[in-house]
Amino acid sequence: MANESFEPKIVGFLCRWCSYTGADLAGTSRIQYPPNLAAIRVMCSGRVDPTFVVKALRDGADGVLIAGCHPGDCHYAEGNYKAMRRFPMLLNLLDQFGIERERVRLEWISASEGDLFAQLVKQFTEQLRKLGPLNWQERIEALCTNL
Amino acid sequence: MISLTIDGNVVEVEEGSTVLQAAQKLGIEIPTLCHHKSLLPYGACRVCLVELEYSWGTQIQASCTYPAQDGLVVNTASERVLKTRKIMVELLLARCPEVAPVKQLAEQMDIKEVRFPKKNEDCILCGQCVRVCEERMGIGAVNFVNRGREKKIAPAYDRHSPICMACGACQVVCPADCVDLSKITKRTLRPIPLAFDEGLSGRPSIYVPFAQAVPNVPVIDTNTCMYFQKGTCQACQEFCEADAIDFDQEDKVEEVEVGAIIVATGFELFDSSEIFRYGYGRLDNVINSLEFERISHASGPTGGKIFTKDGREPQAVAILHCIGSRDENYHEYCSRVCCMYSLKFAHLVKEKTEAEVYNLYIDMRAFGKGYEEFYKRVLGEGVHFIRGKCAEVTDVPETDEEKGKLIVIAEDTLLGLTRRLPVDMVILSSALIPGSDSDKLSKILGLNCSKGGFYLEKHPKLAPVDAISDGIFLAGACQGPKDIPDSVAQGAAAAAGALSLIDKGKVILEPITAEINEERCSGCQLCIANCPYAAIDYDEEKRVSVVTEELCKGCGTCVAGCPSGAAHQKNFEDEQIFSEIEGILA
Repeated sequence: MANESFEPKIVGFLCRWCSYTGADLAGTSRIQYPPNLAAIRVMCSGRVDPTFVVKALRDGADGVLIAGCHPGDCHYAEGNYKAMRRFPMLLNLLDQFGIERERVRLEWISASEGDLFAQLVKQFTEQLRKLGPLNWQERIEALCTNL
Repeated sequence: MISLTIDGNVVEVEEGSTVLQAAQKLGIEIPTLCHHKSLLPYGACRVCLVELEYSWGTQIQASCTYPAQDGLVVNTASERVLKTRKIMVELLLARCPEVAPVKQLAEQMDIKEVRFPKKNEDCILCGQCVRVCEERMGIGAVNFVNRGREKKIAPAYDRHSPICMACGACQVVCPADCVDLSKITKRTLRPIPLAFDEGLSGRPSIYVPFAQAVPNVPVIDTNTCMYFQKGTCQACQEFCEADAIDFDQEDKVEEVEVGAIIVATGFELFDSSEIFRYGYGRLDNVINSLEFERISHASGPTGGKIFTKDGREPQAVAILHCIGSRDENYHEYCSRVCCMYSLKFAHLVKEKTEAEVYNLYIDMRAFGKGYEEFYKRVLGEGVHFIRGKCAEVTDVPETDEEKGKLIVIAEDTLLGLTRRLPVDMVILSSALIPGSDSDKLSKILGLNCSKGGFYLEKHPKLAPVDAISDGIFLAGACQGPKDIPDSVAQGAAAAAGALSLIDKGKVILEPITAEINEERCSGCQLCIANCPYAAIDYDEEKRVSVVTEELCKGCGTCVAGCPSGAAHQKNFEDEQIFSEIEGILA
């Protein structure tokens, strides 16, 4: 499946206080990273409903990044812990759809880690490039015929 | 009250007062040697003699021990008094010809010749040390021993006292300055370091933290104060005329409701002993910038004179830039102020001493108004500038010239040579680092930190004073290393920002709070468990959850956790985010 010219599409849900600011810092610092990720700002990683992730994958994303404040640093005290607890359930759901777990990542990026954010996007893009396109439609159809 | 006449003046004093106290109340000066305000009267020196008039004649008495009595008539300067005092002082001078207060008294009384056999003692046997140890410290480590000519002050059996705690109170009160602690105890006196002088000078247990302290009142250090440690002493109370010393005062935690917070917690200095090779804390005369700042300051421990630790004027001084900053092993950032204060230090050393000054720098960053001009000026003063970072400071000499010196080893990158500079003093321009408890504060206030650990501003260019959370402002070095003009500017901006918030008198909330659709809510109360702000309550009557809008901060965690889709967040609605996803992936 690996395809060197394949450009994966990544949807990123970034928390407003840490990760989005971190991404902003990467921008203001002129740090280069692949344009594959499109960011959606949410107030907190705790706002990320698992349906957002599934919706993104169904609509054509090849990977989804959820990024929030480091544990203990959440602007809303514990929103990122809620995200952390929801995440394993989301992974189970992906297993059931036959989607590789590596396509969805939960990461902690602080407001000062612009370089880390850029590195993460670079690395995630590479990872998805190796995994290849998700092809949701085909996979679900295959899943249905197997049932 | 008791009424008595002293030198023709009538004075009223409380019962139990001494004649000396009554005279002091009148402002009449009576010389004393063994008297101390905080100690019980003892009458050892007999210098404070006065003449008491009775119907049957007059009598000479020591005023410090004689109790004031009603109707007493006292002369403090009669011929007989002066003559007797003079003999007492002459006797003391014969015993202790070199003791300063005795010499001073003798001079005042015009005693030139001593008619008694001379001895050369340094102790005047006033017993103040004995009394302070016993009465105020509650120890009694020293006392009078022997009698007559053999009388002296010593610990029991003339051996090192096991009970002496080396507090130094005896040294403080001794008017003859003759207490040798090493004869009393094996312990050594450890001064309490004064934090404002970077520990270069000592302080008492009750002290004013520094000259410009606000409020400018003394504080008691309960960790060293004998009253708090052992319930003794309280000598300070005797000296305070305003009777302001209150040992019952305790630290109080006060809660204040505010509309804005300005964080101005400053910086700490990098601990240069972390870099072993510079010898800080290991070699004498390797000092950091704040220590030099105190040494060179007029109110500092040396009164502004630049001295090495052994009190010599240095012949050569090296100033090492970038200690712990611009260093990938410690702190990558530039501390910004060091170049300029290092130039100032060089200027001060040149001004106050004859020393050669070497500045070892990586790059000279004279960035501000008038700074480049100052750099030029210091260059013109004959300061040596060596471009290269110091490799090591050592006290191991290789030549005779280096003996007894500190040797600064560095590569001069402009000359391409390794140089060994023998100097007497090394000043480390250490990095500015965030406060050691800045993490704790950032958690309490919800601040973010930038890479070096300093607090992060909302926007590096457009909002450099605001913290990320509304209503919190940053000022000074807590936001990043900066010099005084920049700190003042930022502080003024922060104050203006806070004022404008307070002036409005109301806070504008972002329209992003959560709401719960009553018709859809099943009353499962999962959202209540999700909310970190207790902003959701359960309405028992309607059997639904209800959001208190004022408390909701708009994180949306309840929305993501709602199993029935009843909770939603204004402007972050599911549909809106879905549309965003669709837009991105279209």
